Amino acid sequence: MSTLEIKDLHVTVDTEQGTKEILRGVTLTINSGETHAIMGPNGSGKSTLAYSIAGHPKYTVTSGTVTLDGEDVLEMSVDERARAGVFLAMQYPVEVPGVTVSNFLRTAKTAVDGEAPKLRTWVKDVKQAMSDLRMDPAFAERGVNEGFSGGEKKRHEILQMELLKPKIAVLDETDSGLDVDALRVVSEGVNRAKESTGAGVLLITHYTRILRYIKPDFVHVFVDGRIAEEGGPELADRLEAEGYDRFLPGAAPADATPANA
Amino acid sequence: MSLLAQKNPAAEAHTDSAAAFVPDQSRAERTTSYAVSDFPVPSGREEEWRFTPVDRLQSLFRDEATGACLEWTETLPDGVTLSTMSLQDWQASGAPAPADRAAVVAAAHSGGVGLVDIPAEAELAEPVRIRLTGAERQVVHGHLMVRVGRFARATVILEHAGLSDYSEMLTVLAGDGSEVTLVTVQEWDDESLHLGQHDVVVGRDAKVRHIAVTLGGGIVRLNTNASYAGPGGSFEGLGVYFADAGQHQEHRLFVDHEAPHCHSNVEYKGALQGETAHTVWVGDVLIRAAAEGTDTYELNRNLILTDGARADSVPNLEIETGEIAGAGHASATGRFDDQQLFYLQARGIDEDTARRLVVRGFFASIVGRIGVPEVEEHLMEAIGRELEGAA
Repeated sequence: MSTLEIKDLHVTVDTEQGTKEILRGVTLTINSGETHAIMGPNGSGKSTLAYSIAGHPKYTVTSGTVTLDGEDVLEMSVDERARAGVFLAMQYPVEVPGVTVSNFLRTAKTAVDGEAPKLRTWVKDVKQAMSDLRMDPAFAERGVNEGFSGGEKKRHEILQMELLKPKIAVLDETDSGLDVDALRVVSEGVNRAKESTGAGVLLITHYTRILRYIKPDFVHVFVDGRIAEEGGPELADRLEAEGYDRFLPGAAPADATPANA
Repeated sequence: MSLLAQKNPAAEAHTDSAAAFVPDQSRAERTTSYAVSDFPVPSGREEEWRFTPVDRLQSLFRDEATGACLEWTETLPDGVTLSTMSLQDWQASGAPAPADRAAVVAAAHSGGVGLVDIPAEAELAEPVRIRLTGAERQVVHGHLMVRVGRFARATVILEHAGLSDYSEMLTVLAGDGSEVTLVTVQEWDDESLHLGQHDVVVGRDAKVRHIAVTLGGGIVRLNTNASYAGPGGSFEGLGVYFADAGQHQEHRLFVDHEAPHCHSNVEYKGALQGETAHTVWVGDVLIRAAAEGTDTYELNRNLILTDGARADSVPNLEIETGEIAGAGHASATGRFDDQQLFYLQARGIDEDTARRLVVRGFFASIVGRIGVPEVEEHLMEAIGRELEGAA
């Protein structure tokens, strides 16, 4: 049983116009086996939350804490966080030309486990996971994300989640740019990985579509760098029907809206 | 009278004043000669020497024989012979003439040409290997010819190591229909100097690959020139270099397309680390009027790993006929990509390992095409060691 605890997290980013605060006090707890959906309009800071948890150097944490089972995540380097069990499936996975997928996966697995995987079971596991995600075996010999289509990149991210078996997985808009078939395949992969490892999942999305395949236990509406409203799966249905309009500037404050509106 | 002649006379007043000092209108007009006196000692202001630290190369411009040699260790597969050729025979053989001061001095004072003969229709199962090593910094003039008979298939590996001030001429005459791979590896000690002119003459329908691997040496400057003795030939120039602090590595290529329906492809990749590491890549391609149906491409990429390093990259394309299949070039020099580092680290891979992966990946596309497994492995290990040197 693992717990990722985010408390009053404030994060800034340096832009040409100066330092800008993106996250303004985020508090969120994710336990093993739970799926939390974070939904919100563009520019609300969803991806910043994902990158801040993973430790991207572009973002500066100015106050607040992030802990994994009591350990201070913010004190860890990017690779230490991954080895501690935090995984980020990126919205825009990066190309690493010339590094084959199979070499990359084996290197990452060795790093995360602290020892090289047993060759025979590893090869079998990789093949099985790729086949489950409907990935051509030839993928293993291609460069990491090199010339991959949008859908291929997302499958590759979830392939890593299945193989690296993190304690907490943050999925940053894994659904964006996917057609319905690819969305189903990728969602099944997430559900499989979650079932086999009991990972806690933080699912960041702009749309409700993916929530038909990955059932959230909790839904958080993210607006202007903080959580504006929280609820169960029914909140997603309501967003589906109403959109984010009532949360946007010019609308009445969310907490002033009658609950039955 | 052509329309082009009726230009606005005022436009001539806009001629770039610097243009008055450009000696050659075309790459083809550069001097080639067997006479040392045709090449003044370079001052460093000449187009072909402007990136090179010529003040440190004076010993290699001096018009005198030293009698010194490198130590040779050769492995010759069955049928391959090594003999000596006179300078006169070499000049009559169809070998291109020296094209700069260092090359003409090397040709004049090497005391004879080492000739590697690969007979017609030979299919070499093993590469020809020539390992040249020096023990001290003295001026050595080298002169080598690799003559490959019709329809032969051969790989020749030249390795350079140790300490020397070395200047060489190398000619590869690839017979009609032959397939030749020449790999030249520079793993000199840090103080060594190496100037080279490599001429590759591609026979009709022949396929020649020239692969330069430069890791060591204080100054290494290789001029690789490709020309075609008949139609249908193909030249591929591949290069990998890794410059550390204090190293100057210069690779200049000139592909002269005179025959029709020939193909050329040049790809060089380099990494630089450390203050004052300097690399130069110049890729000249000339497609002459007769060279219809030419297909050519050139690419240079540089990866700058630390502050203070400098990579110069100059592709030039000169086209005298519109009847070509394709012509292009690309050059890019960039810093280490932090996004790649973040991606790998976010998978638990520590920073050093991640850097090594990215750099190896950068070179992999060229190294994987060398086609000589032991050279590929050796090279990847050497690149790994270079990276560790930075840490």
